[in-house]
Amino acid sequence: MFYMLKGDRGGQALLLLLSIAVVLVPVLNLVVPEGHALHVSTFTVTLLGKYLAFALLAVAVDLVWGYMGILSLGHGAFFALGGYAMGMYLMLQIGDRGVYGNPDLPDFMVFLNWQEVPWFWQGFDNFWFAMIMVALVPGLLAFVFGALAFRSRVTGVYLSIMTQALTYALMLAFFRNEMGFGGNNGLTDFKDILGFSLQSDSTRVALFIASAAALALGYLACRAIVVSRLGKVVVAIRDTEDRVRFIGYRVDHIKLAIFTFSAVLAGIAGALYVPQVGIINPGEFSPLRSIELVVWVAIGGRATLYGAVLGAFIVNYSKTYLTGAAPEVWLFALGALFVLVTLYLPNGLAGLSKKKEAAA
Amino acid sequence: MLSFVTKNRFLPVWLLGLCLLPALASATPPVGSDAFAQAVERLQVKSYKEREAAVAALISSQDERVKPVLEAMLNARLFYTKKDKITVIGIKTKDGFSITGVLDQKSLGNASKSQLKKIKVNNKLRRILRAGIAALTLSDPAPEVRLSAVKQMYGKLGNAGIQILTTHFETETDSKVREEIQTLLHIHDLSSDDRNTVLKAVAALSKSLHPEVRNKLELLKDSTDQEISAASGDALKHIQEQLAFYAKVKTAFFGLSLGSVLVLAAIGLAITFGVMGVINMAHGELIMLGAYTTYVIQQLMPQYIGMSLLVAIPAAFLVSGAVGILIERLVIRHLYGRPLETLLATFGISLILQQTVRTIFSPLNRSVETPQWMSGFLEINPALSLTYNRLYIILFCLLVFAVLFLVIKKTSLGLSVRAVSQNRAMARAMGIRASRVDALTFGLGSGIAGIAGVALSQITNVGPNMGQDYIIDSFMVVVFGGVGNLWGTLIGGFSLGIANKFMEPWAGAVLAKILVLVFIILFIQKRPRGLFPQKGRVN
Repeated sequence: MFYMLKGDRGGQALLLLLSIAVVLVPVLNLVVPEGHALHVSTFTVTLLGKYLAFALLAVAVDLVWGYMGILSLGHGAFFALGGYAMGMYLMLQIGDRGVYGNPDLPDFMVFLNWQEVPWFWQGFDNFWFAMIMVALVPGLLAFVFGALAFRSRVTGVYLSIMTQALTYALMLAFFRNEMGFGGNNGLTDFKDILGFSLQSDSTRVALFIASAAALALGYLACRAIVVSRLGKVVVAIRDTEDRVRFIGYRVDHIKLAIFTFSAVLAGIAGALYVPQVGIINPGEFSPLRSIELVVWVAIGGRATLYGAVLGAFIVNYSKTYLTGAAPEVWLFALGALFVLVTLYLPNGLAGLSKKKEAAA
Repeated sequence: MLSFVTKNRFLPVWLLGLCLLPALASATPPVGSDAFAQAVERLQVKSYKEREAAVAALISSQDERVKPVLEAMLNARLFYTKKDKITVIGIKTKDGFSITGVLDQKSLGNASKSQLKKIKVNNKLRRILRAGIAALTLSDPAPEVRLSAVKQMYGKLGNAGIQILTTHFETETDSKVREEIQTLLHIHDLSSDDRNTVLKAVAALSKSLHPEVRNKLELLKDSTDQEISAASGDALKHIQEQLAFYAKVKTAFFGLSLGSVLVLAAIGLAITFGVMGVINMAHGELIMLGAYTTYVIQQLMPQYIGMSLLVAIPAAFLVSGAVGILIERLVIRHLYGRPLETLLATFGISLILQQTVRTIFSPLNRSVETPQWMSGFLEINPALSLTYNRLYIILFCLLVFAVLFLVIKKTSLGLSVRAVSQNRAMARAMGIRASRVDALTFGLGSGIAGIAGVALSQITNVGPNMGQDYIIDSFMVVVFGGVGNLWGTLIGGFSLGIANKFMEPWAGAVLAKILVLVFIILFIQKRPRGLFPQKGRVN
């Protein structure tokens, strides 16, 4: 069943760790009493859940960058769109518990003096509809953007800059109050999901498990693509696109399929991220965020998939630690990471272990 | 042609003297200071009628001390001492008044309120005083002073004012002032009872863009007189057309100034990205360094704000250029041929530079002062005035472009740069030290970014994040214009700026920007190599 993990020791280790975490973390959080040395606080559970969502996002980026050679500086946009779709569902679950107590309208719409929920919010009170949108909206955007870009063979740096412009334009758009997505403040103040309170420990643990499961499934799916015949063509496109085209493959179709799939994964990651952190705002669209997540992949190691997960965890853990301990050092550290990794670790941390294997 | 203005009107006696005023302004007053002293003394009489006559005598005395006296009187600051009957100007202090004698203009120390008697004015006297002051200002030798005096009379024109202007008009030599006076007199004629006078005035005013004209014509349009109504309707239509035209010119000007900001920000990138093919994400931070250099130079020479800006231009070039060369030698050199890695590394550098500036200068915005010669505006007509700072930015942008263009096309450095970018191996075979050329080219592009920072410091906030605001725009301009082509950057920047400003009125600033971005994204799909594609190392 796990044929795709054959020979992928990093992936095997990752899945093993994930399965252990899924069993151990809930037990340590819910069963072991608070104050006990082994107790895992709910805060930590949520933090880990957040990292898992980021890891899934990093895997999505690695698929297009590591294997297909497209450096997308706009994956933050797909992540944020998925997050907004989830946020809209959560927003409509608040009901009359908002500050204004309006049972139909979210607070920010009451504040803007709107009379009714706009058409594009219709249906988001249904969880399954929202979940379809989580995948559909980023997927559709990636499909349209990719169809245009790949057909006219916009590649390399140009494509990177275009994806950056895309996320920048979306950020500007979502900052506008008229867009109907809460403007500057975004969507927040969520109360519950599927009827379970977002504040309760068990919901948090459930979200953690869902994130771990999503990461595992996403990883397996990407891995399955990579080891398939399709995956071989994808790598070939990365290395010499023209030759693949001359052999007779429809390069633009393949690129489009992978790019869209990756965007859907990013959207799902966003949807898992939002209920755990409790807010989604236009800042998620900022070009800086998108570039930052490319660095997770670069540090972990491109074209390994498990390296992306590793990178996401390491960078985000250091961010959590450094922004708390010495905020002014964080940007220095991140900047230095960018420079040093590209100069001295072109294959990332995963590349280090490979080198050792090769040496041994 | 102005005869119809003066005819049938009573000319007050006290104004007669004024007719001579402009002609005599430069000559020494023939009437002597005695006339002035007598007139001042006469101000102290009780009756308002007498006082009016005294003011008239004062004005015709031609003495240079008259204007301050009239102004003081108008502002209720003219007094005379109860004891010695000396006329004084009093400025209110904490306890009483600090007084100055009118005749000898010497300070007489302090006086309490009870020691002074105010020379009172009524409404009629106030009007006369205002007209008198205006007339005296009109005789000022400087045309600008006369022009502003005329402009101040809009809407406050009584019959007396009309007389003054009419008489002054005969002797006025400056064409601008004459034009202004004529407009003013015509506006006055619009409310005349005489049909022909009104019609003539309407015809004369159909080219005027003064807002007052529009208001008056708007009223006349509803006139019962068919002819007047039709004439003013036509005149209004003509004026509206002109206004719409000037509004477009103004938008185009704003567009050009935004475009020149874009070009300035992007032109350094056109060198590093366009010619060398290096994706320099730290470009925005090099602009920021230039802006901070301007700030530091101003701090070093606070007395010479105007000069400091000129000093800052070469200084910013050197600072940003040096940092650029450092970046090239330490990082980019190792990454040639790997553009995506260069992008990441330079992005890391941009974070480090931002945080460095934040640590040194604080995360808050710094204010860079605007020198005197950059503020104010150039008024072309009442509907169109261009601010100097925008005007200078456009000129500066063109200048920087021209210099850069000449450097690339005419100097030996430029020749090497082009040679290396077209065929690196062949250039090296011809004895060009390619890696040195790389460093210098990158330094040049970075230095230009620094110069852009000097210009931007004059129109936006100088803060650690300012670079980020420009980096995406800069890339858009270069990609849109066509990589490797300086002209493309210039034309791309200007057309994006103008397009942005023309969309702003109906779309709003943010939406206009989004639309421009979407347009570029779609445009690149159609023409992946931009407006003016050119071969370069990027291929």
